[in-house]
Amino acid sequence: MTTRKLRSVAMAISAAALSVSLVACGSSGPAGSTAAGDGSASMWGLTGGNQPVLQKSVEAWNSAHSDQSIKLDFFANDAYKTKVRTAVGAGEGPTFIYGWGGGVLKSYVDAGQVEDLSSFVKENPEVKERYLPSVLKNGEIDGKTYALPNNNVQPVVLYYNKEVFDKVGVQPPKTWDELMALVPKFKEAGVAPFSLGGQSKWPDLMWLEYLVERIGGPEVFANIAADKPNAWSDPAVTEALTKIQQLVDAGGFVNGFSSIAADSNADQALLYTGKAAMVLQGGWIYQGMKKDAGSFVTGGKLGFTTFPTVEGGKGDPANVVGNPSNFWSISAKATDEQKKAALNYVKDGMFTDADTDALIASGAVPVVNGIDSKLEASPDKDFLTFVYGVAKKAPSFTLSWDQALSPAQGDAMLSNLDQIFLKKITPEQFVTTMNATIGK
Amino acid sequence: MTITSPDRRRVRDTGPSGWLAAPALVFFLVFAVVPLAGVVFLSFTSWDGLREIRLEGLASWTTVLTDPVTGNALMVTAKILFFSFIVQAPISLLLGVFTAGGQKYRAALAVLYFLPLLLSSAAVAIAFKALLDPNFGLGPGLQVPLLIQDWLGNSDLVLFVVVFVIAWQFVPFHTLIYQGGVRQIPTSLYEAAEIDGAGRVRQFLNITLPQLKYTIITSSTLMVVGSLAYFDLIFVLTGGGPGYSTRLLPLHMYLTGFKANDMGAASALGVILIVIGLGLALLLQRLGGKNRNDSQLEGA
Repeated sequence: MTTRKLRSVAMAISAAALSVSLVACGSSGPAGSTAAGDGSASMWGLTGGNQPVLQKSVEAWNSAHSDQSIKLDFFANDAYKTKVRTAVGAGEGPTFIYGWGGGVLKSYVDAGQVEDLSSFVKENPEVKERYLPSVLKNGEIDGKTYALPNNNVQPVVLYYNKEVFDKVGVQPPKTWDELMALVPKFKEAGVAPFSLGGQSKWPDLMWLEYLVERIGGPEVFANIAADKPNAWSDPAVTEALTKIQQLVDAGGFVNGFSSIAADSNADQALLYTGKAAMVLQGGWIYQGMKKDAGSFVTGGKLGFTTFPTVEGGKGDPANVVGNPSNFWSISAKATDEQKKAALNYVKDGMFTDADTDALIASGAVPVVNGIDSKLEASPDKDFLTFVYGVAKKAPSFTLSWDQALSPAQGDAMLSNLDQIFLKKITPEQFVTTMNATIGK
Repeated sequence: MTITSPDRRRVRDTGPSGWLAAPALVFFLVFAVVPLAGVVFLSFTSWDGLREIRLEGLASWTTVLTDPVTGNALMVTAKILFFSFIVQAPISLLLGVFTAGGQKYRAALAVLYFLPLLLSSAAVAIAFKALLDPNFGLGPGLQVPLLIQDWLGNSDLVLFVVVFVIAWQFVPFHTLIYQGGVRQIPTSLYEAAEIDGAGRVRQFLNITLPQLKYTIITSSTLMVVGSLAYFDLIFVLTGGGPGYSTRLLPLHMYLTGFKANDMGAASALGVILIVIGLGLALLLQRLGGKNRNDSQLEGA
């Protein structure tokens, strides 16, 4: 009996040891990938328009600085937003954290997850000087710099298909009333007036952002972002939501818009295949269309203009919404060596002449000074100078609301706005629900 | 554990040591019980995934239980569970019986039927999303009016589309289970029935179905508990939309946890999900009756 007992105990112990060692393996795996094994800095970027530009920039850096190499991975937009936050929360995020500024950046700052770059910027004035000041501001929280712009300025633009407009014999809308009047004309011609990637939800938001901006001016959202009580009750919000539902009722959006995903570029495809006349989207889809529908863009069939004005609206028609740029933050959890490599890349590896040229060639406007002549020389100069002009002249450039707000508020807003587009709730219900999220 | 011998002591001494279960038990503890305890703990806290975890008592539970979206998610889950079962169970039973036959053409068809088993949920979802696209999909492409529907964007239609795609993916698996079950039935039973003059239908109802009782329970348990875990397919196909039309409980939990970054509420939803899943699994086992481990083949 005693030998049997001993054996059992031994077996139990070895079994426990086995599973413990397995667990240890499990947890050391992902940690190893963060530290990138050889201790080099890691960087996560987004797939899409700027992917090849970033890839080349990092490759050039790595071949010139083998001792400070950067390991680069790419993720799709929506998947990235979830993944990076989970990884950062688990202390396993990349050295370079790609972001949009705003409320999400603030939540990283509050949690002490990103480096304060203020002294770095002070010691290296040339870094600060290369950027457009209005863009640089978006990487600051409470007067300290936590993120530096890394690509192009991306205002939301009203794109239209010139061929379709010529066929129907109409002009792009300058006012909201003109826009509404265009809807039946396009429907008669068998073309959807507006394409919309409703399943992704954030394209819905561009409509609300611009309408609130045109009707009530930038202060309306500034109050919301500042967590002022009942800030959503501003009449501009209700009016904007009502106008959206009127446009839905009039059949302004393409058939089945709520199942179209913007991440798969299906919304732009509707525009360049002539199935839809217009789309309200970010400046970045120009790059996508240039790649996927070359002749549509190079053949001058793609039109673009600013969002129409709303009669009696308080907002300056020159104001824009969108993403001033994307940003790099440096993880506070990275090793000193990784941080050093990261800062050196930010200082010397980013916005090199090659980078800037590659961005412009891809159809994007880099967020740096002194590129006017380069933009003029580009084959995409119509679009690039338009975007650059819009961004530079805008008295106010409001950051996309889902990025400006805290993640909890942003998610609630997108879900409820989706309900507005589907006509499942009224503007009043939206306002009440959103007021309840203030401060969360 | 069927102990038929009256001398229990002797059985215990000669049978395998209970310690052999230890590795499995340790695994279960480390990978199931400990995380479960963690989820229960987190459900009483407020945590955004980044900052420190704060104990908040029942705050997350009140949020979750008063949120109409939770009730809606429960309803969607119940509907998908019900319709999935109604659609999948008969089809896979019949296909299973059909493919269990030895004929060559049946074997060839079985290979085709099992093809969806090879595909990952994400691949299935992406393929169907493309096929059902309202502007570039199968319907508009072939100009078939019946197929030109807003399959994934119509709140009333989308649930049935989801049930269909789930069935497309999972019927092969259950067919395989039934095929195995049918092949276990001794042919002597059918031979005897034939001598007694029973027809095909009679044989199916009086021999095949009763003999498959436990296969049916196994397959149903997997179907019901599995439908509580549908996530990947629906996440890729509809993202829970339009609106909340296909936002079922697991998806609601994920979106609450990883999109809204409210880990406390997401954990509370997780606990609800576990309780429902356990309850349903126990219920189905009960339906099998007390003597479920007895042999059905005595005298065969």
